[in-house]
Amino acid sequence: MISLFILVPLTSVILLNLFKGSLINKIACWFGMLLTLVQIYLIVFPVTCFWDNLSNPLGNYFILNLSADTLSKVMLLMIGIVTFISLMIGQYTYHEETQKFNFANLIILALSGMNGIVLVTDIFSLYVFIEVVAVASFILICLYKDKAGFESAFKYIILSIAATVFMLLSIVLLFLISGDTTFTAINIASKNPTYGFILVVAIGLFTCGAFTKGGLVPFHSWLPDAHSSAPTSISILLSGIVIKVSGLYPLIRLLTMTGGGNESIKNILLIVGTVSILVGALAALGQNDIKRMLAFSSVSQMGYIVLSLGTGTMLGLVGAVFHMFNHSVFKSQLFANSAAVEKQTGTRDMNKLGGIAQKMPFTGTTSIIGMLSICGIPPLAGFWSKLIIVIALWQTAHYGYAFVAVIASVITLAYFLSLQRRVFFGKIASGLENIKEAKAGLIIPVVILAAVTILVGIFFPFIMEKLIMPVGDILK
Amino acid sequence: MNYDLILLVIMMLAALMTVLSTRLLIAAIGLALTSVMITILMFKLKSPLAGVFELSICAGLITVIFISTISFVKPLTDKEIDERTKQRIKKYLALPILLILIGIILIFIIKPTTLQIPLAIQETNVRKILWDLRQVDLLGQVIILLVGVFGIVVLFRDVQKETNKK
Repeated sequence: MISLFILVPLTSVILLNLFKGSLINKIACWFGMLLTLVQIYLIVFPVTCFWDNLSNPLGNYFILNLSADTLSKVMLLMIGIVTFISLMIGQYTYHEETQKFNFANLIILALSGMNGIVLVTDIFSLYVFIEVVAVASFILICLYKDKAGFESAFKYIILSIAATVFMLLSIVLLFLISGDTTFTAINIASKNPTYGFILVVAIGLFTCGAFTKGGLVPFHSWLPDAHSSAPTSISILLSGIVIKVSGLYPLIRLLTMTGGGNESIKNILLIVGTVSILVGALAALGQNDIKRMLAFSSVSQMGYIVLSLGTGTMLGLVGAVFHMFNHSVFKSQLFANSAAVEKQTGTRDMNKLGGIAQKMPFTGTTSIIGMLSICGIPPLAGFWSKLIIVIALWQTAHYGYAFVAVIASVITLAYFLSLQRRVFFGKIASGLENIKEAKAGLIIPVVILAAVTILVGIFFPFIMEKLIMPVGDILK
Repeated sequence: MNYDLILLVIMMLAALMTVLSTRLLIAAIGLALTSVMITILMFKLKSPLAGVFELSICAGLITVIFISTISFVKPLTDKEIDERTKQRIKKYLALPILLILIGIILIFIIKPTTLQIPLAIQETNVRKILWDLRQVDLLGQVIILLVGVFGIVVLFRDVQKETNKK
């Protein structure tokens, strides 16, 4: 029945448009939220008959070759959480009903595409669903129809096309050596030493495509523009989940099904990861726009994930997936905080802000929780994932990379402290004396996400045992 | 004489014409010509089904849509075309040279190989390919189409309304 993760959102969009009217316009976002809540429920409280492909009532009509292992389930959970938050923020930041309706429809279609990416068992199908998410993202980025939005969407289209060219070339080579595009066929072909060189070229090309989609240095130029000029509800979706599902998840799948390539591929991952961490963090230091700083921070955090993958060990994979999960939670929360600040003060320019924590206590407090987690301060969730990454690097004798990972955390702390000081602490900026805390619609999502960050940190052993460590089984 | 090489060269020239031309109509025709060359190569590579799709959709349907749209666009003046052509040639002069260089390098790198490549599944029944073998892809393409149509409605409907008001 896992095909319902794709079919239900698709059918929902068709039905919403068939019965479009004033009432449907109003409930479209709520309906999307309901879909994502059901998705989260099905992962957290698994119903055996749902996950069993044999009990598919649509089996007579649809022969969809889908499968959900532990990695897919973690990704589905991340997709559910981030999409729910994005819809919730959109519900309160879009004023016109038609705009809300369009936004909800596109997000639900993107949800269908993202679910497809993590459930397919064929690399060409994976590419098709990556395109679904890409097309939805282009439109979502320029949803406000302003010049900056169109410019960023165009930049994203061009780089996205370059990424898909790399990915398609890689798929062609994989098809060439395996005679099929299923993960199983590629896995079998990758064990044949005759195809060693072609396989490495294929992995290299796919990695370039994944780096572009994931916004890693040197393919990151689209990311800060797209994330900062898109409406905040879209920035949450892009930074929280799209770059991971379209960029890093396919890379993890390819690396695990082909045995991780050879040493040169691992070295590329380690180098690109390290450079991304440093470039992203240093670029974030010099930003004045909150969302642009958060976007560069995403480049840096994606670097941590790729660095962890570069170790090629089970612990490295587990660390990468855990950091992806944590990043999707705290980055969504920090973007939601920026939405609250922008909505209440009318600006994202840190030079014009200051001391607003006393007027916006919930936003200020939750923003500190998100900041501490992203900087890797114990006992919050971000600390544990960064610790696993550093241990994985240490175990594989990559001491230099481990050192850079720790030092970059200090830089992360520096730019986030600068953000806190310039936006929330100190004397209140002139003209902002009469601002109030954001409404419940912007506060509830950040409180939920801050609670997730704290709870994942406190119940780390339980989360690790039940959710994260089983991800390593895909290497067996 | 190696006809494949001639086809590849024509395909490359047509592709260059598509990206370098300042006239939209010539670019659309260049794209259609590229697709026709790809179609012939697909037939020669014993993939008739892929060739039929390429010819009917890429060379046919898409060209018709492009040309229909171009007919609504205000054409550039001859002076503007001359200026833009000069700018573009100056900007992309390196592109054909780069392509030739890459071609020469590849000729030296790629040597005749004895590598045994496994055969892909040979299925000629279109229904079976689309509905049984590639059903997930078909579903993905349906979603892409839906997103695309929705995007056009979202981004252009207001523009149409404003034009009607004027």
